[in-house]
Amino acid sequence: MAKSHVKRMVLDILKPHIPNALEFAQRLAQVGEDYHVSLTVLEIDEATQTIQIDVTGNSIHFEALQLAINEMGGSLHSIDVVEVSSQPTQNTQDQS
Amino acid sequence: MNLLDESHELLHLARAHGIARRYFVVNGFDGALTMLGLIIGFLLSSATPLSLMLNACLGAAIALGMSGISSAYISEVAERKLALSKLEESMIKDLQDSVHGRAARWVPFIIAVVNGAAPLFVSLFIISPLWLANAGVFLFVQPLYLAVILAFLLIFMLGVFLGRIADISWMHSGIQTVVVALTTIALIYIFAG
Repeated sequence: MAKSHVKRMVLDILKPHIPNALEFAQRLAQVGEDYHVSLTVLEIDEATQTIQIDVTGNSIHFEALQLAINEMGGSLHSIDVVEVSSQPTQNTQDQS
Repeated sequence: MNLLDESHELLHLARAHGIARRYFVVNGFDGALTMLGLIIGFLLSSATPLSLMLNACLGAAIALGMSGISSAYISEVAERKLALSKLEESMIKDLQDSVHGRAARWVPFIIAVVNGAAPLFVSLFIISPLWLANAGVFLFVQPLYLAVILAFLLIFMLGVFLGRIADISWMHSGIQTVVVALTTIALIYIFAG
């Protein structure tokens, strides 16, 4: 069976004003070796911000991302976009 | 991450650098003026044994340090708890395990240490000539006068530090704090002299 790798995720997140957008994006980018993070602020309230995070990478580790979001006080509302690609495992390659 | 980096990050996250700096200056100034007042009081009094002056100053320095630690800790814990619960309400989420929760627990402690250490160390520095003289070290200037010089030097330095923070003339700011110290001495002379 082929192994799947998450290549892109778009997440809708509610977060406090602090850490700010730059610090938040930087922290998420540090979760993986090759993560590219694009952050868009969608809405600003008195104490919170709704943001959209677009993460791309070779193999995104969702649990680690979620942990970092929680650690910064954020709350994941929804996963809006996911791009996954499969890679043949060693056995699959041998059979073909 | 070492303790210093962690403290720096938490202060940054809680946007508390300014508060810590303000506490450092305010309470450092408190310590310097208290010691100056005590020393001027001793200079105006009849001859007092050096050990007695040293103990009085040391007692005041320790009391200032304890007062600084306890007052800042109590007030900061209350403020941080309130801020965290308001944020939790807005987020509709428990934030105890987040950096916000960690900051609410540790920032009061860090600020309390700064608040208590500033007057304690400033006071200890000012009374160091008394301690040296008491230990038998020969000083070229009488220890009380040397302590007054050190107090003025520190008060001027605190003014310079404030001037640099506010990005105004350091000389002007330094002279301002020295004027406060001179006014304090004048008041002591009027009421005690």
